[in-house]
Amino acid sequence: MTSLELAQKLKAQFGEIISEPGEFRGEIALTLLNCERIAEVCAFAKKELGFDYLVDVSSLDNYGDDPRFTVVYHLYGIKHRCYLRLKTDVSEEKSELPTVTKVWRTADWHEREIYDMMGIRFSGHPDLRRILMWDGYPYFPLRKDFPLAGKPSELPDVAFTKPAPLEGGPFVTVAGGKDAISREPRVRIPETDSVELNNRIERRDDIRKAHGESFGPGPKETNK
Amino acid sequence: MQTQTEIGYNSKIEGDVIVTRVDAALNWFRKNSLWPMPMGLACCAIELMATGASRFDISRFGAEVMRFSPRQSDVMIVAGTVTYKMALAVRRIYDQMAEPKWVIAMGACASTGGMYRSYAVLQGVDRILPVDIYVAGCPPRPEALLDALIRLQNKVAKTPVIATQKKVAA
Repeated sequence: MTSLELAQKLKAQFGEIISEPGEFRGEIALTLLNCERIAEVCAFAKKELGFDYLVDVSSLDNYGDDPRFTVVYHLYGIKHRCYLRLKTDVSEEKSELPTVTKVWRTADWHEREIYDMMGIRFSGHPDLRRILMWDGYPYFPLRKDFPLAGKPSELPDVAFTKPAPLEGGPFVTVAGGKDAISREPRVRIPETDSVELNNRIERRDDIRKAHGESFGPGPKETNK
Repeated sequence: MQTQTEIGYNSKIEGDVIVTRVDAALNWFRKNSLWPMPMGLACCAIELMATGASRFDISRFGAEVMRFSPRQSDVMIVAGTVTYKMALAVRRIYDQMAEPKWVIAMGACASTGGMYRSYAVLQGVDRILPVDIYVAGCPPRPEALLDALIRLQNKVAKTPVIATQKKVAA
């Protein structure tokens, strides 16, 4: 039994509301089109397909897109040793989907963390409180529109926060860069992805102008 | 019969009496029994434990009595990253310590927030506590912490005690 076969069984059971299994680096992912039915799909995956271990639940913020959030469930079966990834989109207006704590009890803290960091609520959750930040903290820090430095907040006798000095940061690493220069952490220029950065490596004089003499590996090589 | 000469103090001549100043005596007691409150919050706490263990042996300087009760502590060693969630708890423990009390900010995080320039981390414990000694390092070597302790001892030794006592209203 492979992950792909299990994914096709899940697809056969629920049909239209589940996408075709996608494969990336040997891992199988399914997208659930209706987030309201996530608990039902998960219950089937656990009882009928043997996915008895919920590895992780995580969430993405697709800031600027609609639907804004994606919740990702990582499933594993200890007997058949197969992984399966389930994704479902949640709109910002709704920001709510059913809990899977009734399927796997371990989802309790995962869902609390998502609620704490991203502000997605889980209906039917037995104890939906913040888990990392304190009760009464007014923001959801993992959202893309929340600054890394933080925002000021004050809850007397409980906690306070102030923005951190970033000194020109945040310094961002660009994945997939051609060489160490384009990959290393630095102030990210907007609208500059790794391809563009690689192109700019060829035009180091431009970059010197933008970043000063500290940029790059030293004097430009000359063709002899 | 006395066979050796003691330098500076001879009980045959002076009797069982040592002459000193109250300040000097009190500070001598204090600096040689600085009991730490180990505020171990992150990886610096591991170096703090190493400082207490046999290889570095903080008891050579009279500070081996790590008290997990603030009531019995003299110096709070803030060892690690102070998050905002922990900040007021640290402050509360400091407030519970009896006077006189001192604070060592151990490592980059406790001193300045360190590499955590983020929404969750207090940017230096000196924003909520009066810090006496800052120790650089990430984490500092036990020798660095011992150096901080010796510097704190020197600071304690120079503190005027009697002159700064609170006066009892007549």
